[in-house]
Amino acid sequence: MSIRERQEELIEEFAMFDDWMDKYEYIISLGKELPLIDESKKEDEKLIKGCQSRVWLNAELKEGKVFFTADSDAIITKGIISLMIRVLNESSPEEIINEELYFIDKIGLKEHLSPTRSNGLVSMVKQMKLYALAFQTQLKNG
Amino acid sequence: MQEVLKKTFDVEAIRKDFPVLSRKVNGKELVYLDNGATAQKPKVVIDRIQQYYNLENANIHRGVHTLSQEATSAYEDSRRKMKEFINARFSEEIIFTSGTTGGINLVASAFGQTHIQEGDEILISTMEHHSNIVPWQMICEQKGANLKVIPINDKGEIQMEEFETLLTERTKLLSISHISNTLGTINPVKEMIAKAHEKHISVLVDGAQAVPHMRLDMQDLDVDLYVFSLHKMFGPTGVGVLYGKKELLDSLPPYQGGGDMIKTVSFKKTTYNDLPHKFEAGTPNIADGIACGALIDYLEELDWAAISLHEKDLLSYAHEQLAAIEGLRFIGEAERKASVISFVIEGIHSYDLGVLIDKMGVAVRTGHHCTQPLMDRFGILGTVRASFAFYNTMEEVDRLVEAVKRAKGMLL
Repeated sequence: MSIRERQEELIEEFAMFDDWMDKYEYIISLGKELPLIDESKKEDEKLIKGCQSRVWLNAELKEGKVFFTADSDAIITKGIISLMIRVLNESSPEEIINEELYFIDKIGLKEHLSPTRSNGLVSMVKQMKLYALAFQTQLKNG
Repeated sequence: MQEVLKKTFDVEAIRKDFPVLSRKVNGKELVYLDNGATAQKPKVVIDRIQQYYNLENANIHRGVHTLSQEATSAYEDSRRKMKEFINARFSEEIIFTSGTTGGINLVASAFGQTHIQEGDEILISTMEHHSNIVPWQMICEQKGANLKVIPINDKGEIQMEEFETLLTERTKLLSISHISNTLGTINPVKEMIAKAHEKHISVLVDGAQAVPHMRLDMQDLDVDLYVFSLHKMFGPTGVGVLYGKKELLDSLPPYQGGGDMIKTVSFKKTTYNDLPHKFEAGTPNIADGIACGALIDYLEELDWAAISLHEKDLLSYAHEQLAAIEGLRFIGEAERKASVISFVIEGIHSYDLGVLIDKMGVAVRTGHHCTQPLMDRFGILGTVRASFAFYNTMEEVDRLVEAVKRAKGMLL
C-alpha cells in the first residue's frame, strides 16, 4: 500500500467518529498500546525534545524499506505517533521524502502539529524525513 | 459573608466588561483559567487602542503639530496615572518597557555594567521564571560573578533562614519574584527587602504575577526596582513598567542608544536625556502605552478588597474540589498564596490532560511554565496550572473540576 492509500484509509476510518471524545478515546487507546520503541533505543540521541512532551524516534532500513519505531511520555502524542508510523512504515525512503502528510489535517488533529503545542511532533516529522533522506543517500552510494 | 460579597462585588457585571469571556471554544462556553500567561482585556482598553489609531496616531516627544502634542500628552498621562497607581514618588520613576522580560534585561545590563564586578554575587530563588534567571546568568558569565539561589521548602516557600545567610558582603543584588507564576506563593518581599537593605543590597522584584491580584505600593515596599507587564494586568501586550528609585536609575548608564534617549548628539560626544527618556530609546509602543491610561482608570474603579476576598474564595473552593480527585497532588501549598493552582495527577502527563480539558472549553496552562529549575526541585516535568482572575466564577471552578475528572477517566 502506498503512503497516499494509507492516509486515505485512515481518513475514512476517522470519519466514523461522531465527536471529539470518540476520536480521542481511540487515539488514547493507540497510545496505551505497548511501547513502540525498544527501551534500549530510548537513549538521549534518539530524543526529540518538545517543550511539553518528549518523543523518541528510531529508524532502520531493511531491504530498501524504512522501519520507524517511536515513543512519547504523553499518551495523546504517542497515539498520533502510532498513526504516523502506520502511514509511513515499510515505505521506500524516496516515497517518504516526497509524499505530503495531509491526513493529520483531514482527521482534525492539525492543532497537534502546530508549533505552539511544543509536543515534539513537528520535529518528529522533520526527523522522519531526515532519516529517509539519509537512507536514500546510503542506497544510492550502495 | 457571601451576601455581603454579592453586594460589593458583582462578578457577572464585571464579566460583561471583557468581550472575549462570552465566546465559545470547541462548542462550549469558554472557561479561561490561563490568566497567569496573559489576562483578558476590558472593552475600554480595546476601544482606547482603536480610538488612538482611528483619530490620534502620531509620534510622540517630537512633533510641534497638534496630533503629536495630543499623543504625547496622552502617553505621559498614562505614566502619571501609573505613578499614582503604584504609589511611586515621581513620574520619571516609571520607565515604559516592552514587558517584564524587557525590564529585567534592562536592569541586568545597566546595573550589571556598573555595579557587578568579578566575584560579586547576585541572589535569586529556586522558584524564579526563566526571565529572572537567564539574564543574571548572562551578566554573571560576562563579569565573572556568581549566581546564588535561595532554596524553598516542600510547600514552595522561601527558606528565610537560608535567605539571610545568603546575604553576604559580596551580594550586590537580590532579584526575587513577588508571586510565583507556577506555585502561586506570595513571597514576603517587604521583609526580604528590609533584610537586604540592612546590608546595603539593592532589590529588584519581578511583579509580573502580582499586579493582577493586588494593589501595589512602591513606597511602602521600599523596593529599589520593580518590573511587571501590562498584559498580565488586563492591559495590552508589548508594554511593561520598570519602576526604579530615581537616585538609582540616575546612577545607571543608558541601556539602548537611539532617538528620544539623547540630549545632544555629535560625532565626538553625545549627552543623554534625563529620566525616564534615558531608558526609552526609539519610538515606543504608543497606542498600547496610551491604552494603559484607560486601563488604570478602569482598575481604579474596582473594589480591590472585594476582589481579594473573591479570589480567596475561588482558590479555596478550587483547592477543596480538586483535592477530592484521587491521585491528584498539588505543587505549591504555601501559607500565603495567590489564586494560582498547580497540580499533577499520578500516571497522567500534563500535556494529555491539557489537550482534553481544552476540548471541554477549559483553558489552562500545562508544562514547566518556564520554571525548569523549580520542576527539578519537585522532581517533576510539568504541571497543570489553573490561574484565576477576578472575573472567574465558582461555576467555572466546577467546570474545571468536572473536565479534569472526565479527562482523567479517559486517560487512565
